[in-house]
Amino acid sequence: MKNNYIPVASEILDIIKHTKSEWTFRTKTNTEGVKPGQFYEISLPKRGESPISVSGIGENYIDFTIRNVGKVTGILFDHKVGDKLFIRGPYGNGFDINNYKGRDLVVVAGGSAIAPVRGIIQHVYNNPQDFKSFKLIVGFKSPDDILFANDLQMWSEKLDIVVTVDDAPEGYQGNVGLVTKYIPELKFEDLSEVSAVVVGPPMMMKFAVAEFLKLDIAEKDVWVSYERNMHCGLGKCGHCKMDSTYICLDGPVFSYDFAKTLQD
Amino acid sequence: MKLKLNVEQFDKGLAELSKTYKIYAPKSFEKRGTYSDTDVIKYDIVEKFEDMELERKSNFSAKETFLPINQVLFYFTEDEYRETSIDEKNILVFLRACDLNGVKRVDQIYLGNGEEDYFYKRLRDKVKFVVIGCPKSFRNCFCVSMDSNKADNYDAGMNVRGNEIYLDLVDDSLKIFEGEETEFEVDYVRENNFMVDVPKEVDFEKMANHDMWREYDTRCIGCGRCNFVCPTCTCFSMQDIFYKENIKVGERRRVHASCQVDGYTNIAGGHSFRERHGQRMRFKTMHKIHDFKERFGYNMCVGCGRCDDACPQYISFSKAIDKVSQVMREED
Repeated sequence: MKNNYIPVASEILDIIKHTKSEWTFRTKTNTEGVKPGQFYEISLPKRGESPISVSGIGENYIDFTIRNVGKVTGILFDHKVGDKLFIRGPYGNGFDINNYKGRDLVVVAGGSAIAPVRGIIQHVYNNPQDFKSFKLIVGFKSPDDILFANDLQMWSEKLDIVVTVDDAPEGYQGNVGLVTKYIPELKFEDLSEVSAVVVGPPMMMKFAVAEFLKLDIAEKDVWVSYERNMHCGLGKCGHCKMDSTYICLDGPVFSYDFAKTLQD
Repeated sequence: MKLKLNVEQFDKGLAELSKTYKIYAPKSFEKRGTYSDTDVIKYDIVEKFEDMELERKSNFSAKETFLPINQVLFYFTEDEYRETSIDEKNILVFLRACDLNGVKRVDQIYLGNGEEDYFYKRLRDKVKFVVIGCPKSFRNCFCVSMDSNKADNYDAGMNVRGNEIYLDLVDDSLKIFEGEETEFEVDYVRENNFMVDVPKEVDFEKMANHDMWREYDTRCIGCGRCNFVCPTCTCFSMQDIFYKENIKVGERRRVHASCQVDGYTNIAGGHSFRERHGQRMRFKTMHKIHDFKERFGYNMCVGCGRCDDACPQYISFSKAIDKVSQVMREED
């Protein structure tokens, strides 16, 4: 019987430093069947484990974009290229690209939540013909907090992207304002062919989803990803449970018509 | 095989079984209880009939014997995780019908909710259960209301009549006792001191923000005792510790957790959910009589009443179930 708790060593191939406290760790891993929106338990001896979303899937590597906020992630920031970290996964359902193919797709992400949707954007960038239209609205706290700046620059050459910041110093040339500001401006030919993906802090998700519903987009076509304390990732420890739903097993990605019924 | 034995014959059988089994039963620890001059009754290894406390309800459930409160999963160095070994001996647990019904619930989570849990399965495969017949209901028990007053799926059943012990031996490995063949049925409680009105259906929307939970905001102190004594609570947290003598070496453990205690829902970045104790009480109550049933088709709570026994604030879980039913009957 497979020991589903044992972490496996994974070499750090690269570290991409976006901001002082948000880095992407590229780790050598078998990527077969891994989907955007899934997560791994990153494990460090003496510190414990932490659920981290997959922020990029390449040939034999997976990216984890991590904010230095906890006891596990804190020690991770002392790691260097060539060091090993320990991982187990992937867990969760992730985003199913097939749900969005042939449709107008809008992705709204707040801050580090660009990580779980980055795989979707990469897929659209490489296969734009699969979608009727695509728009990315991504918001950060300030210009200094912008993640994946190079990717955003590259994607914007082919894709329709709005990068906005909540607040900026005087003279800032980019967009300033919350992501919700840009949703009412969206125009669609046929609302039944629109899919929206909304990921971010709880407050941002609540108001962004509300804006899509105001546009009359069906609840089943709005997709969200929930962050909870996914301690074991295996449906056992109970920490992530909401109602009869285990976020680690049944989610973290849900369509809003179901997600709205979940109660903390 | 049904036998009537005297204590001597029973103890002889236990001694024989001890060669291959670690035998657990409720045991009384004098004056080790929570309050002054009270005993605590909990599961521990027993060698003879005299060691067993069969007159009183155990304060803690039998689940600790196959789902340890604190279980080391791995030993680690800085670059290696090594799985812990497991005791070769099998485990024999003397428990009551409610607790054996509780085992079914724990199995459901650890073996039937997603993949099988490696560490649980490893231990669980070694366990056999002897049901202790319950001739009468204890205080706060409501097993009849929860339909868990009887358990037939035992490896052995036992009745005690003074100095006579009746054993119904089902599992072959336990048929080592000598005694007089007889006929009997394992005792089970047919009536508790009170009945609980268990709702058949719960309208979650109606319960989610109902005022009835506000009472628990102030009454509950979030100590988690109700969870720790429950035979059906399955939650745990992972902990890493390292040794003072060599900080490069340590252990990864899992320890029982409580949805009533602060920090249970904490996520990175300082967010947490269900801050109010009433919300936590709602979460627990719904889990025991609604959520689990919605997922697996039967209620989680087995009505052992230990949560009511253990609460320092005298909160009654059985009364909370009654109140949910009452809310369900109310007109909107």
